[in-house]
Amino acid sequence: MTDELSKVFAALADPTRRDMVARLAVSDATVGQLAEPYEVSLQAVSKHLKVLEDAGLVTRTREAQTRPVHLEAEVFDLMTKWIERYRRQAEERYQRLDVLLAEMNDGPAVRRREDDKPRRKGKAS
Amino acid sequence: MSAVQTRYPEAAIEADKDVPIIRITRDFRGTPAQLMKAHTDPELFIRWVGPNAITSRIIDWDVRDGGSWRYVSEHDVQEFGFRGCFHTVSDDKVVQTFTFEGMPDQVALETLWFEDLGDGTTRLHAQSLCDSFEARDGWLASGMEVGVNEGYDALEKLLASGGF
Repeated sequence: MTDELSKVFAALADPTRRDMVARLAVSDATVGQLAEPYEVSLQAVSKHLKVLEDAGLVTRTREAQTRPVHLEAEVFDLMTKWIERYRRQAEERYQRLDVLLAEMNDGPAVRRREDDKPRRKGKAS
Repeated sequence: MSAVQTRYPEAAIEADKDVPIIRITRDFRGTPAQLMKAHTDPELFIRWVGPNAITSRIIDWDVRDGGSWRYVSEHDVQEFGFRGCFHTVSDDKVVQTFTFEGMPDQVALETLWFEDLGDGTTRLHAQSLCDSFEARDGWLASGMEVGVNEGYDALEKLLASGGF
Protein backbone atom coordinates (compact mmCIF):
# COMPACT_ATOMS: atom_id res chain seq x y z
CA MET A 1 0.00 0.00 0.00
CA THR A 2 1.31 3.41 -0.90
CA ASP A 3 1.24 6.09 1.69
CA GLU A 4 0.26 9.09 -0.38
CA LEU A 5 -2.37 10.22 2.07
CA SER A 6 0.23 10.43 4.83
CA LYS A 7 2.19 12.71 2.53
CA VAL A 8 -0.83 14.95 2.16
CA PHE A 9 -1.40 15.12 5.89
CA ALA A 10 2.30 15.65 6.58
CA ALA A 11 2.47 18.41 3.97
CA LEU A 12 -0.40 20.19 5.69
CA ALA A 13 1.08 19.77 9.16
CA ASP A 14 3.24 22.86 8.55
CA PRO A 15 1.62 26.26 9.20
CA THR A 16 3.51 28.04 6.39
CA ARG A 17 2.39 25.42 3.89
CA ARG A 18 -1.20 25.60 5.12
CA ASP A 19 -1.06 29.36 4.69
CA MET A 20 0.25 28.93 1.15
CA VAL A 21 -2.56 26.48 0.41
CA ALA A 22 -5.11 28.92 1.82
CA ARG A 23 -3.84 31.64 -0.50
CA LEU A 24 -3.76 29.30 -3.49
CA ALA A 25 -7.37 28.43 -2.78
CA VAL A 26 -8.19 31.99 -3.83
CA SER A 27 -6.11 32.03 -6.99
CA ASP A 28 -3.02 30.64 -8.66
CA ALA A 29 0.21 32.46 -7.79
CA THR A 30 3.83 32.53 -8.80
CA VAL A 31 6.58 31.51 -6.40
CA GLY A 32 7.50 35.18 -6.03
CA GLN A 33 3.96 36.14 -5.12
CA LEU A 34 3.73 33.29 -2.66
CA ALA A 35 7.01 34.31 -1.02
CA GLU A 36 6.03 37.96 -0.51
CA PRO A 37 4.47 37.78 2.98
CA TYR A 38 7.22 35.62 4.48
CA GLU A 39 10.57 36.64 5.85
CA VAL A 40 12.24 33.61 4.40
CA SER A 41 14.31 33.05 1.30
CA LEU A 42 12.84 32.19 -2.06
CA GLN A 43 14.63 28.85 -1.72
CA ALA A 44 12.81 28.10 1.52
CA VAL A 45 9.49 28.86 -0.15
CA SER A 46 10.47 26.63 -3.06
CA LYS A 47 11.21 23.84 -0.61
CA HIS A 48 7.76 24.20 0.91
CA LEU A 49 6.27 24.15 -2.58
CA LYS A 50 8.20 21.00 -3.39
CA VAL A 51 6.61 19.26 -0.39
CA LEU A 52 3.14 20.36 -1.49
CA GLU A 53 3.91 19.26 -5.05
CA ASP A 54 5.17 15.84 -3.91
CA ALA A 55 1.97 15.36 -1.95
CA GLY A 56 -0.04 16.17 -5.05
CA LEU A 57 -1.61 19.22 -3.47
CA VAL A 58 -0.29 21.71 -6.01
CA THR A 59 0.91 21.58 -9.61
CA ARG A 60 2.94 24.02 -11.64
CA THR A 61 2.24 24.85 -15.22
CA ARG A 62 5.09 23.59 -17.36
CA GLU A 63 4.73 25.86 -20.37
CA ALA A 64 4.23 29.34 -19.04
CA GLN A 65 7.23 31.54 -18.27
CA THR A 66 5.99 32.42 -14.79
CA ARG A 67 4.97 28.85 -13.97
CA PRO A 68 2.11 29.75 -11.63
CA VAL A 69 1.31 27.35 -8.81
CA HIS A 70 -2.10 25.74 -8.96
CA LEU A 71 -4.01 24.11 -6.10
CA GLU A 72 -5.38 20.63 -6.81
CA ALA A 73 -8.66 20.95 -4.99
CA GLU A 74 -9.71 17.36 -5.71
CA VAL A 75 -7.19 16.15 -3.14
CA PHE A 76 -9.09 18.13 -0.53
CA ASP A 77 -12.34 16.51 -1.56
CA LEU A 78 -10.70 13.22 -0.75
CA MET A 79 -9.62 14.44 2.67
CA THR A 80 -13.13 15.71 3.28
CA LYS A 81 -14.39 12.23 2.55
CA TRP A 82 -12.03 10.84 5.16
CA ILE A 83 -13.40 13.16 7.76
CA GLU A 84 -16.95 12.34 6.64
CA ARG A 85 -16.32 8.67 7.40
CA TYR A 86 -15.14 9.50 10.88
CA ARG A 87 -18.20 11.68 11.30
CA ARG A 88 -20.46 8.86 10.18
CA GLN A 89 -18.90 6.56 12.73
CA ALA A 90 -19.44 9.12 15.46
CA GLU A 91 -23.01 9.63 14.26
CA GLU A 92 -23.77 5.90 14.47
CA ARG A 93 -22.54 5.92 18.05
CA TYR A 94 -24.72 8.91 18.85
CA GLN A 95 -27.78 7.33 17.29
CA ARG A 96 -27.38 4.53 19.79
CA LEU A 97 -27.09 7.17 22.48
CA ASP A 98 -30.39 8.67 21.20
CA VAL A 99 -32.06 5.32 21.78
CA LEU A 100 -30.60 5.07 25.25
CA LEU A 101 -31.81 8.55 26.15
CA ALA A 102 -35.29 7.77 24.85
CA GLU A 103 -35.29 4.69 27.01
CA MET A 104 -34.25 6.70 30.06
CA ASN A 105 -37.36 8.84 29.50
CA ASP A 106 -39.86 6.20 28.48
CA GLY A 107 -38.58 3.06 30.14
CA PRO A 108 -36.95 0.08 28.46
CA ALA A 109 -37.98 -0.57 24.90
CA VAL A 110 -35.97 -2.39 22.31
CA ARG A 111 -32.65 -3.33 23.80
CA ARG A 112 -30.79 -4.71 20.84
CA ARG A 113 -28.74 -1.97 19.29
CA GLU A 114 -28.92 -3.49 15.81
CA ASP A 115 -32.67 -3.04 15.67
CA ASP A 116 -32.70 0.53 16.74
CA LYS A 117 -31.89 2.34 13.59
CA PRO A 118 -32.03 2.00 9.83
CA ARG A 119 -29.20 -0.19 8.65
CA ARG A 120 -26.78 1.01 6.08
CA LYS A 121 -25.42 -2.35 5.14
CA GLY A 122 -22.82 -2.08 2.42
CA LYS A 123 -23.96 -0.58 -0.80
CA ALA A 124 -27.68 -0.58 -1.24
CA SER A 125 -28.87 -2.29 -4.37
CA MET B 1 -27.50 32.84 26.33
CA SER B 2 -29.02 33.99 23.07
CA ALA B 3 -31.42 31.88 21.05
CA VAL B 4 -29.86 28.91 19.38
CA GLN B 5 -29.83 29.24 15.62
CA THR B 6 -28.03 26.20 14.32
CA ARG B 7 -29.25 22.76 15.26
CA TYR B 8 -27.16 19.62 15.19
CA PRO B 9 -29.51 16.66 14.76
CA GLU B 10 -26.51 14.84 13.29
CA ALA B 11 -22.91 14.93 14.44
CA ALA B 12 -20.98 17.89 13.09
CA ILE B 13 -17.25 17.47 13.11
CA GLU B 14 -14.42 19.91 12.72
CA ALA B 15 -10.73 19.25 12.41
CA ASP B 16 -9.07 22.49 13.43
CA LYS B 17 -6.46 23.69 10.98
CA ASP B 18 -4.26 25.46 13.52
CA VAL B 19 -4.23 23.04 16.45
CA PRO B 20 -4.50 19.23 16.43
CA ILE B 21 -8.06 19.23 17.72
CA ILE B 22 -11.17 17.33 16.67
CA ARG B 23 -14.46 18.95 17.71
CA ILE B 24 -17.82 17.23 17.59
CA THR B 25 -21.18 18.88 18.18
CA ARG B 26 -24.46 16.97 18.42
CA ASP B 27 -27.91 17.72 19.85
CA PHE B 28 -29.85 15.15 21.86
CA ARG B 29 -33.39 14.89 23.13
CA GLY B 30 -32.65 14.64 26.82
CA THR B 31 -31.25 16.54 29.76
CA PRO B 32 -27.62 17.27 30.54
CA ALA B 33 -27.99 14.96 33.55
CA GLN B 34 -29.15 12.11 31.32
CA LEU B 35 -26.27 12.64 28.92
CA MET B 36 -23.89 12.76 31.84
CA LYS B 37 -25.27 9.47 33.09
CA ALA B 38 -24.98 7.87 29.64
CA HIS B 39 -21.31 8.85 29.60
CA THR B 40 -20.38 7.93 33.15
CA ASP B 41 -22.51 4.90 34.05
CA PRO B 42 -20.49 1.95 32.71
CA GLU B 43 -23.56 -0.19 32.01
CA LEU B 44 -25.07 2.58 29.92
CA PHE B 45 -21.83 3.73 28.32
CA ILE B 46 -20.98 0.27 27.03
CA ARG B 47 -24.26 0.11 25.17
CA TRP B 48 -23.53 2.90 22.76
CA VAL B 49 -19.75 3.29 22.57
CA GLY B 50 -17.71 1.94 19.68
CA PRO B 51 -18.42 1.00 16.07
CA ASN B 52 -21.43 -1.15 15.20
CA ALA B 53 -19.58 -4.37 14.59
CA ILE B 54 -17.79 -4.27 17.91
CA THR B 55 -18.79 -5.31 21.39
CA SER B 56 -17.03 -3.79 24.34
CA ARG B 57 -16.65 -4.66 27.98
CA ILE B 58 -15.61 -2.47 30.86
CA ILE B 59 -12.52 -3.54 32.78
CA ASP B 60 -12.01 -0.60 35.14
CA TRP B 61 -14.37 2.27 35.74
CA ASP B 62 -13.77 4.66 38.60
CA VAL B 63 -15.73 7.84 37.95
CA ARG B 64 -14.21 10.55 40.13
CA ASP B 65 -11.63 13.30 39.80
CA GLY B 66 -8.38 11.41 39.28
CA GLY B 67 -10.10 8.07 38.73
CA SER B 68 -9.30 5.83 35.79
CA TRP B 69 -11.16 3.86 33.18
CA ARG B 70 -10.39 1.02 30.80
CA TYR B 71 -12.48 -0.94 28.36
CA VAL B 72 -11.74 -3.62 25.80
CA SER B 73 -13.44 -3.84 22.41
CA GLU B 74 -13.70 -7.11 20.62
CA HIS B 75 -13.85 -7.43 16.86
CA ASP B 76 -13.70 -10.95 15.39
CA VAL B 77 -10.99 -12.49 17.51
CA GLN B 78 -9.02 -9.31 18.02
CA GLU B 79 -9.20 -7.22 21.15
CA PHE B 80 -8.45 -3.53 21.36
CA GLY B 81 -7.93 -1.86 24.72
CA PHE B 82 -8.63 1.77 25.53
CA ARG B 83 -7.88 3.52 28.76
CA GLY B 84 -7.44 6.88 30.42
CA CYS B 85 -8.11 8.94 33.51
CA PHE B 86 -11.15 10.89 34.53
CA HIS B 87 -9.35 14.11 35.27
CA THR B 88 -12.36 16.14 36.35
CA VAL B 89 -16.00 15.07 36.52
CA SER B 90 -18.59 17.72 37.31
CA ASP B 91 -22.35 17.98 36.75
CA ASP B 92 -22.20 18.87 33.09
CA LYS B 93 -18.58 18.37 32.11
CA VAL B 94 -16.00 15.62 31.89
CA VAL B 95 -12.29 16.18 31.34
CA GLN B 96 -10.44 12.97 30.68
CA THR B 97 -7.51 11.41 28.90
CA PHE B 98 -7.90 8.83 26.18
CA THR B 99 -5.38 6.42 24.76
CA PHE B 100 -5.52 3.40 22.48
CA GLU B 101 -3.35 0.75 24.10
CA GLY B 102 -1.88 -0.13 20.71
CA MET B 103 -0.32 3.34 20.69
CA PRO B 104 0.07 4.07 24.40
CA ASP B 105 2.28 7.13 23.92
CA GLN B 106 -0.37 8.99 21.96
CA VAL B 107 -2.67 10.42 24.57
CA ALA B 108 -5.56 12.71 23.75
CA LEU B 109 -7.07 15.17 26.19
CA GLU B 110 -10.84 15.03 25.89
CA THR B 111 -13.31 17.58 27.14
CA LEU B 112 -17.02 16.82 26.99
CA TRP B 113 -19.64 19.26 28.06
CA PHE B 114 -23.39 19.34 27.90
CA GLU B 115 -25.23 22.54 27.10
CA ASP B 116 -28.90 22.73 28.05
CA LEU B 117 -30.73 24.27 25.09
CA GLY B 118 -33.81 24.82 27.22
CA ASP B 119 -36.40 22.98 25.15
CA GLY B 120 -35.77 19.44 26.30
CA THR B 121 -32.68 19.12 24.17
CA THR B 122 -29.06 19.20 25.16
CA ARG B 123 -26.05 19.94 23.03
CA LEU B 124 -23.04 17.70 23.43
CA HIS B 125 -19.70 19.36 22.79
CA ALA B 126 -16.75 17.00 22.51
CA GLN B 127 -13.23 18.22 21.97
CA SER B 128 -10.16 15.99 21.60
CA LEU B 129 -6.76 17.56 21.72
CA CYS B 130 -4.21 15.17 20.23
CA ASP B 131 -0.46 15.39 20.73
CA SER B 132 0.32 16.03 17.07
CA PHE B 133 -1.36 16.65 13.74
CA GLU B 134 -0.18 13.21 12.67
CA ALA B 135 -1.93 11.59 15.63
CA ARG B 136 -5.06 13.63 15.08
CA ASP B 137 -5.23 12.78 11.40
CA GLY B 138 -4.56 9.17 12.30
CA TRP B 139 -7.68 9.28 14.44
CA LEU B 140 -9.69 10.78 11.65
CA ALA B 141 -8.50 7.95 9.46
CA SER B 142 -9.01 5.27 12.08
CA GLY B 143 -12.75 4.95 11.66
CA MET B 144 -12.19 3.71 8.22
CA GLU B 145 -10.83 0.20 8.17
CA VAL B 146 -13.38 -0.51 5.49
CA GLY B 147 -12.81 2.52 3.36
CA VAL B 148 -9.10 3.09 3.71
CA ASN B 149 -8.19 1.15 0.60
CA GLU B 150 -10.81 2.94 -1.46
CA GLY B 151 -9.31 6.19 -0.29
CA TYR B 152 -5.81 5.19 -1.26
CA ASP B 153 -6.99 3.89 -4.61
CA ALA B 154 -8.77 7.14 -5.35
CA LEU B 155 -5.77 9.19 -4.33
CA GLU B 156 -3.41 7.06 -6.39
CA LYS B 157 -5.60 7.56 -9.45
CA LEU B 158 -5.73 11.25 -8.74
CA LEU B 159 -1.97 11.48 -8.49
CA ALA B 160 -1.51 9.38 -11.61
CA SER B 161 -3.92 11.47 -13.64
CA GLY B 162 -2.18 14.66 -12.57
CA GLY B 163 1.06 13.28 -14.00
CA PHE B 164 3.31 14.63 -11.32
